[in-house]
Amino acid sequence: MAMMLRAAGKRLLGVGGGEAAPAAVAAATASRRGYHERVVEHYNNPRNVGAFDKDDADVGTGIVGAPACGDVMKLQIRVDEPSGRIVDARFKTFGCGSAIASSSVATEWVKGKQMEEVVAIKNTEIAKHLSLPPVKLHCSMLAEDAIKAAVKDYEAKKGKLAKSDE
Amino acid sequence: MALSRRLLPLFLRRGFPAAAAPARALSTAAAPAPPPASASEEEDESSVTVKGVRISGRPLYLDMQATTPVDPRVLDAMLPFYLSRYGNPHSRTHLYGWESDAAVEAARARVAALVGADPREIFFTSGATECNNIAVKGVARFYRDRRRHVVTTQTEHKCVLDSCRYLQQEGFDVTYLPVRADGLVDLAQLEDAIRPDTALVSVMAVNNEIGVVQPLEEIGRICKEKGVPFHTDAAQALGKIPIDVGRMGIGLMSLSGHKIYGPKGVGALYLRRRPRIRVEPQMSGGGQERGIRSGTVPTPLVVGFGAACEIAAHEMDYDHRRVSALQKRLLDGIRAQVDEVVINGSMEHRYPGNLNLSFAYVEGESLLMGLKEVAVSSGSACTSASLEPSYVLRALGVEEDMAHTSIRFGMGRFTTEEEVDRAIELTVRQVKKLRDMSPLYEMAKAGIDLKSIEWSQH
Repeated sequence: MAMMLRAAGKRLLGVGGGEAAPAAVAAATASRRGYHERVVEHYNNPRNVGAFDKDDADVGTGIVGAPACGDVMKLQIRVDEPSGRIVDARFKTFGCGSAIASSSVATEWVKGKQMEEVVAIKNTEIAKHLSLPPVKLHCSMLAEDAIKAAVKDYEAKKGKLAKSDE
Repeated sequence: MALSRRLLPLFLRRGFPAAAAPARALSTAAAPAPPPASASEEEDESSVTVKGVRISGRPLYLDMQATTPVDPRVLDAMLPFYLSRYGNPHSRTHLYGWESDAAVEAARARVAALVGADPREIFFTSGATECNNIAVKGVARFYRDRRRHVVTTQTEHKCVLDSCRYLQQEGFDVTYLPVRADGLVDLAQLEDAIRPDTALVSVMAVNNEIGVVQPLEEIGRICKEKGVPFHTDAAQALGKIPIDVGRMGIGLMSLSGHKIYGPKGVGALYLRRRPRIRVEPQMSGGGQERGIRSGTVPTPLVVGFGAACEIAAHEMDYDHRRVSALQKRLLDGIRAQVDEVVINGSMEHRYPGNLNLSFAYVEGESLLMGLKEVAVSSGSACTSASLEPSYVLRALGVEEDMAHTSIRFGMGRFTTEEEVDRAIELTVRQVKKLRDMSPLYEMAKAGIDLKSIEWSQH
């Protein structure tokens, strides 16, 4: 009995001493149940949380998702009228940590960019940046949709203003 | 004893982490798939990294519905049966077997005593899931010539529901009774659902997710009048609320060891003798446990289960009072600082160790992510890996958006007031933070009716 245990112990030490095994364990753990550290970082310190007055002429608001699905994202942009550059952004999100992180990243990425640039942001870029697992890909899609919705809202508002000016 | 003396230095020399290692190595050898939690998550006690979040020390444990720690008194009772009295209880030819057999029978008597049963009506199994399988499939199969129908509820544990689905594939009819908004089954509806060819009525005693206690006595009476066996999954009820199989008219009952401070991997099926209820066994083998459950009875686990039952019999009243006070402390503490907190399930008919709360406008998974220092669960542990809201809450008619916001706090014998206070502090802080960034909370506070909005569905 004791001999058997000793033999088992030796085998164990062999496994533990190898270099490949612990690395494989860590990788497997991260993908199986871990959030990527960037997700955690954005969740703990979300950038640009808050709201603009949605009635301001230079603000575009995008609200996407549904409470019943467990995700609602509101993303707002403030646009510099003549240049079409996004000078500031805010978000509020009801959803999992990945949804919060996706919207936080989205606000960071749109700031300082032209509107035509930000509508080209793809969900896959956000997903890659945050290493989202397949079940969380919809969070990045929501973020992409929210950006587009905010730009669309701003343009619709501008169109309406132009019409009323005529 | 000699053996333990030889083993001990071996473990000591290697230190504790090495002693814990065999399980990991074995599982790696057995399956090439990802091995279980890495060492870095468990070993360093001063700081633990879970899911990428570094926290100082182990989280406080408020998930007593998932499992409970082993009571030290239970472990004391078990240890001799690992180290020195390791005989197979079915060995008839020597002392090792006889003493193990005596210990198993003593444990059987203790389990029986806690539920008012005869020891001959208790059959040891691997846990409540196995009991539920034997009970639901076993009764239906045994009486299949005359009876082709099973009645159960929509809020049962997955293993009962899955067994019922399996029976449906075999051609049985199953009625899944809805529950009322408070989680309780409607007795009139239950009575109407029973048919002349009903083989079994299965209603759980205490719900694992929401803790509501079903009216067992009334259900038992209805079943007796109709001549249908009544099965109840009492995994969450044993040792926490009084159970009497005679008074409650229970025909079959599933019990579990690890929910009552006993070891994991052991449970017991209660099977009534008079009038006798028969089941078709699920496993073929050596005919142990009167052929109901073949396979060597695990003496240490069974002894631990018996010890846990004996302690529960003595301390049920005391534990109940303590847990009730803790529940009140937790609920009052949270409600004093956070509004729009909804309790899921009846408050009146409830085991107080379970507090299932919905925090409106805060998504459950993100709340859990911020509560890494508190081990709680969102819905039942079996379903919390999926993105679907809990089927139990949906059966209660909880709106899907509220079902997404639920957290289950589970308190028990070893939960302290300090732990509850810390849980309150962390929960309140996190809920407030997440509401500050919730567009739904903002809209609700602005007086917008969320139901009037046409959401873009994904």
